[in-house]
Amino acid sequence: MMAEKAPVIKIEHISKSFGGIQALKDVNFEVYSGEVHALLGENGAGKSTLIKIMTGVEQPDSGQLFFEGQPIHFANTKAAQTHGIAAIYQEPSLFPDLDIAENIMVGRQPMRRRGVDWKKMYQEAGTLLKRLGLSLDPRTKARELSVAQQQLVEIARALSINARVLIMDEPTSSLTQGEVEELFAIVRQLRASGTAIVFISHRLEELFEIADRVTTLRDGSYVDTRSMSNVTTEELIRMMVGRSLDQLFPKQDVLAGEVVLEVEDLSVDGAFSNVSFKLRRGEILGMAGLIGAGRTNVARAIFGIEPATSGTIKLDGKVVSINSPEKAMQLKIGYVPEDRKEHGLVLAMSIANNITLPVIAKFARFSWLNKKKETQAAREGSVQLEVKMAGVEQKVGQLSGGNQQKVVLAKWLGTKPRILILDEPTRGIDVGTKAAVHRLMSELAAQGMAILMISSELPEVLGMSDRILVMRAGQLTGEFSRAQATPEKLMAAAAIA
Amino acid sequence: MIAEKPEVASPPERRFWQIFVKFRETGIIIFIVLLSVLVTLRNSAFLSADNFRDILLNISILIIVALAQSMVIITRGIDLSVGSMIGLTAMMVSYTVTAFPGMPTFLAIPLGMGLGAVLGSLNGLIIAVGGVPPIIATLGMLSIYRGLIFFYSNGKWINAFQFPPEFRELAKGTPILGIPNLILFAIVVIISVFYFLKYTRRGRDIFAVGSNPDAARFAGIQIKQTIFTVYMISGILCGLAGVLWASRFESAQTNTALGFELQTVAAPVVGGVNIFGGSGNVLGVVLGGFLLGIINNSLTLVQISPFWQLAAQGLLILLAVVVDSFILRRLKRFSSKRKR
Repeated sequence: MMAEKAPVIKIEHISKSFGGIQALKDVNFEVYSGEVHALLGENGAGKSTLIKIMTGVEQPDSGQLFFEGQPIHFANTKAAQTHGIAAIYQEPSLFPDLDIAENIMVGRQPMRRRGVDWKKMYQEAGTLLKRLGLSLDPRTKARELSVAQQQLVEIARALSINARVLIMDEPTSSLTQGEVEELFAIVRQLRASGTAIVFISHRLEELFEIADRVTTLRDGSYVDTRSMSNVTTEELIRMMVGRSLDQLFPKQDVLAGEVVLEVEDLSVDGAFSNVSFKLRRGEILGMAGLIGAGRTNVARAIFGIEPATSGTIKLDGKVVSINSPEKAMQLKIGYVPEDRKEHGLVLAMSIANNITLPVIAKFARFSWLNKKKETQAAREGSVQLEVKMAGVEQKVGQLSGGNQQKVVLAKWLGTKPRILILDEPTRGIDVGTKAAVHRLMSELAAQGMAILMISSELPEVLGMSDRILVMRAGQLTGEFSRAQATPEKLMAAAAIA
Repeated sequence: MIAEKPEVASPPERRFWQIFVKFRETGIIIFIVLLSVLVTLRNSAFLSADNFRDILLNISILIIVALAQSMVIITRGIDLSVGSMIGLTAMMVSYTVTAFPGMPTFLAIPLGMGLGAVLGSLNGLIIAVGGVPPIIATLGMLSIYRGLIFFYSNGKWINAFQFPPEFRELAKGTPILGIPNLILFAIVVIISVFYFLKYTRRGRDIFAVGSNPDAARFAGIQIKQTIFTVYMISGILCGLAGVLWASRFESAQTNTALGFELQTVAAPVVGGVNIFGGSGNVLGVVLGGFLLGIINNSLTLVQISPFWQLAAQGLLILLAVVVDSFILRRLKRFSSKRKR
């Protein structure tokens, strides 16, 4: 169907290395107009580098790029943009101090004789937002938006330049099921209008839903390009990791013990109200719901970041008042937040410093740090979680997303919590790391830890939880046992009034 | 599946608070009013037209340079060499004016701005192309430009009697409605900078680069050119300020505008320009400069010992920033409670 025309973008034998590390080795890739071409590979497989080459952020060491059959060289992002190549990056790359309209139009603001035409800019932005089903004021500053809203603004930005090629690097990782469906509707609409789409996602089921073909990379090398219609999940995983993964959700069956945490009629004004539940020893309690349903607020209340305005929290049957994270940590509660860059990690610090941050006092005597002990503890933590690193002195900012998440986990496990709250623990990390995180959760529960897991990914909630709570608009709307729960039931509780 | 939509409609009683909170300058205006009331109670001369005119004259040059400094700060930089650039252009222009008494004096303005552009471009090249951190680059240039003043003047000052009489009119003349030129120049600069920042792409790029440099790179914004531009503009406005300074005080000295950089940073910070870059606006900077002017003026009016004036000045600046952020936080909390 697309044999007669040249691919919009074609990459031949591209190689690229950064300071001795070979990121891409002799990679081929092509995408036709009207095609959704998935790019698959574990974190560190070279997908991001490949994208950066297509968008002119990086230049290849060797190999050739073709645009509509003609050899081309993108010296910078501007050059790629003028050819209609747009990218939505994994981490929202918006300007927090600018408003939505300007974030969409930045560098291309509509002009009239006397300068930037703000009125037109707000009109156009408003139209685009409406097209995406967003009822936001285009004058809102980006810093006031949720992660999901920021992602949609980036999609609006790509739409606004009428992209010939749209590269989407994990656009769905921070979206809820409903938002994913809306996004896919937009992607299909773009495909129908002839846009070439490069789509990256770690959720294989999504690729089967949206992609036409898939190209797999492993350790910077090209593995294969296949049509989605004649490839299976198992084959894809094998291509990606070079071995077949055992079970994706290795939940061990654990007999839940006594109640360790009991929450009664907990409320935070304006965020959620009258939330009650019990969490038992050795149990993984899943918390499903849409983004903005108040799940994170519940976690923050239990951890004392945003203390509850009414209701009680009981630990081992005794009422406690948790008004600060310090207090929560004293009570052996750990919290791994959703946004690891914002709240979970200090990117400019070493792995060792990050891991020992909450327990630093343990390594100090009279305020002097015992560096050796600290390093030792950090090493143990990162080995337990199989963090891929040059050494514990490496800066966290240099690690891939999956490995950063492992460091966050190591950090909180170092506090030896009895109750661990995980907020979207596997968002945006690859299948291999995801499985490792799931295995770890399962082991921790087996050792008697009580885990509260907030997740917007239904397969994860269904696969990992012993019991599932569902929240909607600040209310608890459902509770299901592992046996009862189905995707339909959960979504019904999460979305329908 | 339905995604949750953020709510847009808002009850009318919320609007007022929203506008009030969004108006970033609320805190500083409250502080200005408060300070004015207190000073007037001690000395009613404060509210006189003459005193007001005096304050405006004193802050005109400050506001011109503070606006330049603000643009630099918005890109996450800082220009510490402003005082030295003012001093050097003041000296060079004064020398030229006294050496060629026949030359039309208004030419001093483009001459000063041209000289400033060269000095500022040098800063810009070192920072944008050389990749030297702004604080280090401009600290070095602070000393170099100051040293050049000595080199150029052999340590000699140019005094009032050496200037042609028309030269003082550059700053002090009152061609329109009796308003001194100095104030008119400040107004023109305020309007130009406002227009530049709000209505030109390069002006918007300044905010983008400061708000998120990585995203700016992805968005295809010319980061180096943008950074170069703000330092060049800083040089141009310092050149203008240098000419006005020499004209107003009818002298060019080796220590002209020595230490001035501190005030040019204080005004934007008091006026709500984020010291870490990304945000700030012209009105805030002007109010910040105005507040500094009122502080200096009132310390004299309420007869605080000159020995204490510098310390009192610093104290009031800190107080202004604290009061501002306190009020802002209070208002934000109040409005967000209502929002939910």
